[in-house]
Amino acid sequence: MATTSLKKLSDMPELLTGGHAACPGCGGPIIIRQVLLAAQQDGRKVVASISTGCMEVSTTIYPDSAWRVPIFHSAFENSAATISGAEAAYRSLKRQGKYEGEIAFIAFGGDGGTYDIGFQSLSGALERGHNFTYVCYDNEAYMNTGIQRSGATPKGAWTTTAPDGTVEPGKREIKKDLTAIVAAHGVPYCAQASPHRPRDLMRKVQKAVATEGPCFLNILSPCPRGWRHDPDVTIQLCKLAADTCVWPLYEIENGKLSINYKPKEKKPVREWLKSQQRFRHLFAPKNEHLIEEIQAELDAKWGQLLAREAFDNEQEQESE
Amino acid sequence: MSELLKKDEMKPGGIGQGGSMERRYTGSWRTFVPITDFETCIQCLACWIVCPDSAIPVEDGERRETNMHHCKGCGICAVECPVDAITMVREGEEDDE
Ligand code: SF4
Ligand code: SF4
Repeated sequence: MATTSLKKLSDMPELLTGGHAACPGCGGPIIIRQVLLAAQQDGRKVVASISTGCMEVSTTIYPDSAWRVPIFHSAFENSAATISGAEAAYRSLKRQGKYEGEIAFIAFGGDGGTYDIGFQSLSGALERGHNFTYVCYDNEAYMNTGIQRSGATPKGAWTTTAPDGTVEPGKREIKKDLTAIVAAHGVPYCAQASPHRPRDLMRKVQKAVATEGPCFLNILSPCPRGWRHDPDVTIQLCKLAADTCVWPLYEIENGKLSINYKPKEKKPVREWLKSQQRFRHLFAPKNEHLIEEIQAELDAKWGQLLAREAFDNEQEQESE
Repeated sequence: MSELLKKDEMKPGGIGQGGSMERRYTGSWRTFVPITDFETCIQCLACWIVCPDSAIPVEDGERRETNMHHCKGCGICAVECPVDAITMVREGEEDDE
């Protein structure tokens, strides 16, 4: 049986080695470690693909690989297409009786490779219904190439292509709600997770790899360089993101939404914005109104989630 | 860094062996070193599961000394330890503690 007990998981092989070149305190390798530890449960082997991004360039420096699983180093736009091909080949081999084991096919991508450039291949793979899990480590910008804005960059954040200055207040546009877009494909399972709750994250991975069909996990991944924070607070920031409802933890299983963490006291978004220098300029008098706007937008989103959860619960009770 | 694979030692696709990145030394990136007090440690493994550099080895369910070949000194383990068993000390000043 799959387990999320840390003691039991610590007996499993570590499938991502040290020696990779991610920056100190990066959220990406923490996420990959937790995903791989959880996915290899119940005798499953892992086959992965990864799109261009921080994790690809830092864990697969020629001729080395930090991955102790077969990994396909794909281009920016086709991590999901690559894993589709691998999964289709596997099904064919199984049908021909040439292979028997269970394999978890996992495609990884950053937010650039998932929200933006790889979106068409992700959408296609979801729609075709391949049996795979897509893991997006969302660090909210193109960090690998020098902190350029992406569709995942939140409103008000500084990036090198959405700078703050006398005219611009950082990025003007809101963050794309990719988890909701994926859910709209009608996939059997999708969720948002965060590495500060490893057991919740790993339970979601286990659910995803054990579910037949395309599954999606969107995981918040702090970036000390791009978010401008000290490397030791990476996990604390994840916690703050959940406590301010900037990054709600929830899952949608066969259309039913459940929120996995509800802060006892929802913290104001100000605390989140204050914790990272990428939001520093928002505290200048001319930008303060943006903080109110951001708070209002977050409150609305959180309200929608709560309402949807309540609605889904009611539906379920009625059908019983 | 140790010797790179020679051309004829490589398999098609270019990468010699999964996990070969392990040989790379990233310990030189550190400014601060995590020092673990094993008397205080309660073996909850909270540090192990959040280390970005797979630098906290666990054997028989218990964490061992940090792997200084890979640890980059980010300090996450020290912040996350619930009983403050890990202290970050400036590299080279470990003995003054
Ligand atoms: S300081 Fe960072 S890299 Fe070193 S053991 Fe702690 S968490 Fe891992
Ligand atoms: S987090 Fe602290 S108490 Fe827990 S295993 Fe690590 S050093 Fe020990």
